[in-house]
Amino acid sequence: MGVYLKGFLIACKGIPTTVWVSIVAIVLGAALGLLLALCSQTKSKALRVIAKVYVDVVRGTPMLVQALIMAYGVPQLLQSSGTDFKWPNLVIPAVIVCGLNSAAYLSEVIRSGIQAVDKGQMEAARSLGMSRGMAMRLIIIPQAIRIILPAFANEFVTLIKETSVLGYVGVVEILRRGQLWNASSFETFPAYIGVALAYMLLTIPLSKAINGYERKRAKKEAAA
Amino acid sequence: MSMIEVKGLVKSFGDLEVLKGIDQNVDEGEVLCIVGPSGSGKSTMLRCINRLEEPTGGEIYIDGELITDKNIDRIRTKMGMVFQQFNLFPHMSVLDNLTCGPVNVKKEDKAAAEEKAMKLLARVGLAEKADQFPRNLSGGQQQRVAIARALAMDPEVMLFDEPTSALDPEMVGEVLDVMKSLAKEGMTMVVVTHEMGFAKEVADKVIFMDGGYIVEQGTPEDVLSNPQMDRTKDFLSKVLV
Repeated sequence: MGVYLKGFLIACKGIPTTVWVSIVAIVLGAALGLLLALCSQTKSKALRVIAKVYVDVVRGTPMLVQALIMAYGVPQLLQSSGTDFKWPNLVIPAVIVCGLNSAAYLSEVIRSGIQAVDKGQMEAARSLGMSRGMAMRLIIIPQAIRIILPAFANEFVTLIKETSVLGYVGVVEILRRGQLWNASSFETFPAYIGVALAYMLLTIPLSKAINGYERKRAKKEAAA
Repeated sequence: MSMIEVKGLVKSFGDLEVLKGIDQNVDEGEVLCIVGPSGSGKSTMLRCINRLEEPTGGEIYIDGELITDKNIDRIRTKMGMVFQQFNLFPHMSVLDNLTCGPVNVKKEDKAAAEEKAMKLLARVGLAEKADQFPRNLSGGQQQRVAIARALAMDPEVMLFDEPTSALDPEMVGEVLDVMKSLAKEGMTMVVVTHEMGFAKEVADKVIFMDGGYIVEQGTPEDVLSNPQMDRTKDFLSKVLV
């Protein structure tokens, strides 16, 4: 039993890295995702195409491949063009890739949230003399956020699990901790069980919180 | 000078021509009621006046000023709009629904805007609902708040798009009462409605629309009690039964 506990505790040492990479990435992803969602709904065809291509490319390729390109490919490309570019810390490309990746998924979530707000809301806001941007900011987006909050949180859970590929680009997160310990102790099964438990420690309370929020909201709406 | 001038208004949705050339003036303090069957273009005409629908052709002047894409946000502050589905902002309290336009669009002082909002709520009989959220109000109450929200912008014109059509019958009266008192105070109003009794009592002018045209217009007696056109007679015989 002690060896399992040890595996778990070693994996848990990776939790801070996994958590902060996930948080920075989701914030980055939400900001860029909102921008993409707004682009996909503008009158400008060029902006719509850019948003669509971005989402298709990111969703159509594995995050591990994106991470390898960002962490190793990009520096090599820049070096071969004469600069001495080097990532000061491999966590930086890792966070960027996670953020760019979740932006593509979140943009779809945000877009559907904006579209789920009743069309009359925009008309009512505009008829008060609000510009489109002000109506979005004051009327549409606050309502969209309530609609998408559960989907947004689910994307965060997914992102936490996805960061496990970052071990392959040199980030010592939960999975990497377990792998390193396995390599030195050969306790393969306890090592990976410990890793799995450490992820569950993060994801299950989060999922429970989302379910609780959704139930509470459903109840509130039923009462209205 | 007319408060609203509509000249040669045409509106198409794709191949479907909904308005086929409308000319109409509304004078200051005048109440214009637009009646007609579904699909006659009456709501579309109203929505073109504040450009929620972009006209395909023709011109609309408000207070002598031609509406364009550039000045529409400013001109809209002079026009209150009341919708069939109320369209209150569900994430804001009743009071915030009333103040968000004046504070954010007209940059009015928040305290002053709240004071004015409370007076307007008292006027529509809902002062005690200021802190409630729209979902806790009945349909009639929501529509009265929506009227107060439009009035909070100090508009020169009020546009009503079938304001009682989504209401339970017992709530129609309370909304019409608010509209009647507005009319009495001299507000310029354009009302798309199926409430013939309201039109008869309050309107200065009634227009009957069908098929994208104004078929008949005149005083309420002329159009509703003594119609000349067969199409108008036919419509009224069906709705007044």
